[in-house]
Amino acid sequence: MVQEISTRDAYGQTLVELGRKNPDIVVVDADLAKSTQTYLFGKEFPNRFFDCGIAEQNMITIAAGLASSGKIPFASTFAVFLPGRCFDQVRMSIAQPGLNVKMATTHSGISVGEDGISHQAIEDLALACALPGVTVIVPADGIEAAKAVRAAAETFGPFYLRLGRPKVPVIYTEDYKFEIGKASCLKTGKDVTIIAIGIMVKTALDAAAELQQQGMECTVLNMSTVQPIDEAAIIKAAAETGAIVTVEEHLANGGLGSIVASVLAKNRPVPMEIISMQHYAMSGKPAELMERYGLTAKGISEAVKRVLKRKFSGR
Amino acid sequence: MTENTNNSASTSAEKSAAGVFYSTGAPGTLSIEEMKVIARKIRREIITMIGGVGSGHPGGSLSAVEILTALYFKVLKYNSADPQWADRDRFILSKGHAAPALYATLAAAGYLPESELCTLRKIDSRLQGHPECGKTPGVEMSAGALGQGLSFGIGVSLAGRLNNQDYRTYVLMGDGECEEGQVWEAAMAAAQFKLDKLIAIVDNNGIQLDGWIKNIMALEPLRQKWESFGWNVIETDGHDVGQVIEALGKARLVTGQPTVIIAHTIKGKGVSFMENNPDFHGKAPNADELKIALKELE
Repeated sequence: MVQEISTRDAYGQTLVELGRKNPDIVVVDADLAKSTQTYLFGKEFPNRFFDCGIAEQNMITIAAGLASSGKIPFASTFAVFLPGRCFDQVRMSIAQPGLNVKMATTHSGISVGEDGISHQAIEDLALACALPGVTVIVPADGIEAAKAVRAAAETFGPFYLRLGRPKVPVIYTEDYKFEIGKASCLKTGKDVTIIAIGIMVKTALDAAAELQQQGMECTVLNMSTVQPIDEAAIIKAAAETGAIVTVEEHLANGGLGSIVASVLAKNRPVPMEIISMQHYAMSGKPAELMERYGLTAKGISEAVKRVLKRKFSGR
Repeated sequence: MTENTNNSASTSAEKSAAGVFYSTGAPGTLSIEEMKVIARKIRREIITMIGGVGSGHPGGSLSAVEILTALYFKVLKYNSADPQWADRDRFILSKGHAAPALYATLAAAGYLPESELCTLRKIDSRLQGHPECGKTPGVEMSAGALGQGLSFGIGVSLAGRLNNQDYRTYVLMGDGECEEGQVWEAAMAAAQFKLDKLIAIVDNNGIQLDGWIKNIMALEPLRQKWESFGWNVIETDGHDVGQVIEALGKARLVTGQPTVIIAHTIKGKGVSFMENNPDFHGKAPNADELKIALKELE
């Protein structure tokens, strides 16, 4: 049986571990501590935990002030509110001065499910990646989430960590070496490369297994650091397989698909398909929504077949 | 640093204002008269800088001069030779458009050479149109988008409390800035966190870009608003250095709650045709106006 853990749970537990090691770690939240899991840190370190109430702009600017004074603040709320609701604050008070604030948001993407489109963040990556100097990471499972949180704490500068609500299968083992800015290659194949982020990495692996049975060999890259993106890995994948499919639980504009496309256009244009959201979704069970909007192994397999056709027809 | 290493009282204010030696770990010892001389000099610098580059915000810079003078020449603990000194008091300019006033004050306090002031807003200058932290010595926070400084000050103040440091955090805001919702989010939080080492100062000049505040988006009763948010409120004449110093001194005695000083000021103070004139919120004086203004500030 595959172990399952949400990336937000991994975040909450790792924060406590970091708090025990480093007294400069502090946490701010905006009345969502029980959802983002920062309440675990608050329970153990009440003096270093600041619940700012339902006031995200104030919360994130407080984090900036704490960072400017030498603290390492983790700021958490839902991904619809940060950076969205606080974009101006993140831009001027964190990104421009390059302050050491770790923005860690949960409930990203449509896998939030029943709460509906007001709570489904599918634009947050575009906003975060619009900010120069902000490192943007989308962990694929609980193990990578924990490692990314530790790496963010140890690396000076602003971070945006995109975490999810649902429990997701664990794909890595504890000996996985996470490195900021480096894609992780989970499978190699000669025909096509699937580049995925977040919970779509497991789905990409499922699609690759399915395609293998049909005689198509896929490389699968987990591009967990979306900014700065691993250009070398993308160019290598394009050179070796000649076709790319990207998969993300986010709108195409400004997300993984557009960033990979710009790397390819500048360096090595190859046929590419983008699996992403096209528009706002609706309420429903997470699995139903993933199915409805094509964020499934079947959706990825179809895109792989489309891109292979283009690869072989030279279009 | 625990005490002022220079005997400022025995030297002329103009000499201190040149930033030759004014660096202090304890409140300065200049007389009110000497500080008035510094304030006048800062006003001349503001007008010269903005007039020289042909853009900037003279109105809200001139209204803040005595507040800045009182802070930098009497109240704040700092060492301009070591801008990052860990135990310094923090001054955060939230109304970033008053950057020329801050730069002129920082130069007078020895953070910058006065010869650099004429580079304001020019390419490759350290003196950006709005303050940029990391670019200019003594600038604690990047500002320009209004409404963020008080929240930032809360973070700075919380860090001091966590570190058992004694520094105070002063945040200068505009009254028009108080129209931003975030200011009141921060007001709630500072009271909730009982930040008695956080002092907000409202430069209450009554005017915003589009006109008189009372006609655009009235803020009164401002005192009652802050009181109802849990703040200790002190009102003062923002152009009387002695009164500003007294208000800042009273703020230091308050425990268990943050203090806001509502400083009643005049936009464009010191230049007759700029005073109470919304047109000079963000307009530079032309060559003729510059001449007249400097003559008035002699």
